[in-house]
Amino acid sequence: MNENSPYLIELRGMTKTFPGVLANDGVDLKIKPGEIHALLGENGAGKSTLVKMIYGILKPDAGTIFFNGRQVEIDSPAQARDLGIAMVFQHFSLFDSLSVVENISLGMKKAVKLDKLAGEITEISRRYGLPLDPNRHVYTLSVGERQRIEIIRCLLQEPQLLVMDEPTSVLTPQEVKKLFSTLNRLADEGLAILYISHKLDEIKALCHHATILRLGRRVARVNIDTESTSSLAMMMMGEELEKIERPPKATAGEVRLKVTKLDMPAADSTGISLTDIHLEVRAGEIVGIAGVAGNGQDELLRALNGEESCQSGGCIIIENLHSGKLGPNARRKAGLASVPEKRLGHGAIPDMDLVDNAFMTGFQRMGLLARGLINYPKTRNFAHKVIADFSVKTSGSGVPANSLSGGNLQKFIIGRELTQQPDILIVSQPTWGVDAGATQTIRKSLRRLADKGAAVLIISQDLDELMEMSDRIGAICGGRLSPFYPTTEMTVEKVGMLMAGVTLEKGDGNVAPLG
Amino acid sequence: MVYLSPVLALVLSLLAGVVLFYIMGVSPLAALHAFFIEPLSTGYGLAELGVKATPLVLIGVALALGFKAGVWNIGAEGQLTMGALCGSLVALYFYDQDGFYILPLMLIAGVLGGMAWAAIVAFLRVRFNANEILTSLMLSYVAGLFLNLMVHGPLKDPEGFNFPESRQFSESALLPIILDGTRLHVGAVIALLVVAWGWMILSRTLLGYQIKVAGSAPEACEHAGFSFSGIIWTTLLLSGGVAGLAGIIEVSGPIGQLLPNISPGYGFTAIIVAYVGRLHPIGVLFAGILLALTYLGGETAQIQLNLPVAVTGVFQGLLLFFLLASDVLIRYRVQFGKARLAVENK
Repeated sequence: MNENSPYLIELRGMTKTFPGVLANDGVDLKIKPGEIHALLGENGAGKSTLVKMIYGILKPDAGTIFFNGRQVEIDSPAQARDLGIAMVFQHFSLFDSLSVVENISLGMKKAVKLDKLAGEITEISRRYGLPLDPNRHVYTLSVGERQRIEIIRCLLQEPQLLVMDEPTSVLTPQEVKKLFSTLNRLADEGLAILYISHKLDEIKALCHHATILRLGRRVARVNIDTESTSSLAMMMMGEELEKIERPPKATAGEVRLKVTKLDMPAADSTGISLTDIHLEVRAGEIVGIAGVAGNGQDELLRALNGEESCQSGGCIIIENLHSGKLGPNARRKAGLASVPEKRLGHGAIPDMDLVDNAFMTGFQRMGLLARGLINYPKTRNFAHKVIADFSVKTSGSGVPANSLSGGNLQKFIIGRELTQQPDILIVSQPTWGVDAGATQTIRKSLRRLADKGAAVLIISQDLDELMEMSDRIGAICGGRLSPFYPTTEMTVEKVGMLMAGVTLEKGDGNVAPLG
Repeated sequence: MVYLSPVLALVLSLLAGVVLFYIMGVSPLAALHAFFIEPLSTGYGLAELGVKATPLVLIGVALALGFKAGVWNIGAEGQLTMGALCGSLVALYFYDQDGFYILPLMLIAGVLGGMAWAAIVAFLRVRFNANEILTSLMLSYVAGLFLNLMVHGPLKDPEGFNFPESRQFSESALLPIILDGTRLHVGAVIALLVVAWGWMILSRTLLGYQIKVAGSAPEACEHAGFSFSGIIWTTLLLSGGVAGLAGIIEVSGPIGQLLPNISPGYGFTAIIVAYVGRLHPIGVLFAGILLALTYLGGETAQIQLNLPVAVTGVFQGLLLFFLLASDVLIRYRVQFGKARLAVENK
């Protein structure tokens, strides 16, 4: 990297106010060509606002942008793309009913032949380790695969600056490694990358410089090499991160959730069939299920919480109750709560307010219904309690769910389930796209729930999270569940093997299947 | 903005109306006066407005419930017809009797008739995933022809000189008039009650909540444990039932007997009513009155200015088109010259 080269992009004094909030207050940001620059900050620190101004979605109140040394006004994303700025969003903009190649062609400026484009997609996906079949329909893809479409779509534009909002959350360690080498290669080729993430380890491993935001102000611009993860976290949060205490030995109590020989054929030809699922979660323990995106995680969650009922009542037993044929409401009543991976549209209703969203799964256990009528004062109290207890940053309970940031919405959804004090909680991707502070809150509350005697099942693609959180760990691959092993006896590599569907030999690290 | 859009649509329809009248060689001012002022200038006119608004509001509220859930029942006209027919069977069965029980029985039969017709749609949708837009629309024509068959055949008035009409309903089978000297009947009060009922359902009950969730986030609906099939059945039965009620109210109110044509397209106009009313029962009330005015205005314009009766339909259509256009344009901006189709078909 040439220290004397002019900056590719330079922001000076970017300011943006929303009614009642100063989202960005005189923020500066400079990135050189070939630099991987981290943008760090908690939810609500103003990262999205800043990025949206760079990408032409928001108009700044004050401040100037220089691109390649020239002052520019970016009025629209189209203009940003013309300049050479590409962005991978955290929420994807894809048409479910179209195929991968059709989706990508919709974003192209010039007309292209679909089969030629498909070839280019395959080429890029191979080169950068982002496996993707151009002809599959988007609705059949997992979150991880959908994100690959967005990344490839950006790379096809041959941009000068690539903005990435939380790109690794849904990738396996191997995939992350591949992506990082991709990004490093792109940076070597001269591409500047603005990398937004809450994962300090990743930033440490990948980025050259970081700009740190707190409460809309830039608190520091640092060279990553001279900082430690904890000093970065301190600057970001203004406080030291606490490590979660792992209890000395998981005190596994009686079996709360028992799944035996669960088979569930795929809903459509491209879905994943669940095959011969055996699973036990005991009181007081956290069980983790690792896996690469699209290996049946979503199907498993739907099967467990009753959105799809299974072949016999006995295959899912909740607290000694044969529940295989019960719907989500009956299972919730029996004590099983769940948090799906997709927050907007599955875990929450995007355009309804937080009070209505609190009611969505809470009405039974919280007694929010009296003679068929919704008890709104009580529901409002419930929503307020969740907002307060889980420090959800929102201007009130009357705002629609889609106005919350990803992390805040997740705190709200998890808070909604935890406040109902379930005996069994199943969470998919608990901290995907959630900032460090909220991740901390969520993980601590999950641990506390287990300590109080609940059975917790975490389905996650974030292996570090599972290694840190769970007492026993296994993996799902192609709709089959591996045996579970005590986490203390496992390494990232071994879980990686499980994720790839490899069976661990008895001698392979002296671990014996448990449960 | 959501609530401004119907107002905008109304203004635009009026402007388009002015152009239309001008082209037809009629003074736009006189036409608009005949259309929108004249009908409201007398007490009788106002009562007539209530008579026309009654079925529109009834069906509009019921359709709004379904539309909110994403269940597109556009066959209310057929459900209205079957409701009218079933209710009339009761009236004609008791044609030579008096009794307080006749009217309630007729209303119940009307509701059941509409429900039964809508149940076919629900069954086909839930069992075979048949699109309810097509099935409900097609069943409307079946219902219309069936009514024709009945009044030309078994239900024809034996003393009616072979006219395709049923017997006149007996006094006990007619809805009481609530304003002397007009045709305004008890049905208008029922419509108001249905508005309140619909409002209650949507804003306070679990059913209304389920309807809203099903319409706005089907996956969240499954996650919450609400059965989508159940919601399809419920909304279709409710809208069919209320459309059937509107049908029997229409024949036992202003008409007083079964005719081959009992509705000037109320069931279809109610779709416009539901949308102009923003799928909100109170909005539907006002929208129902507005659309009722286009029926009355069309009649007045026909009498005073010799305009064709189709003007009513044109006006209703304009209103719906402008409403849909306003909704789209309030959300999206038109850009010229930039966007091009990126896909070149092989």
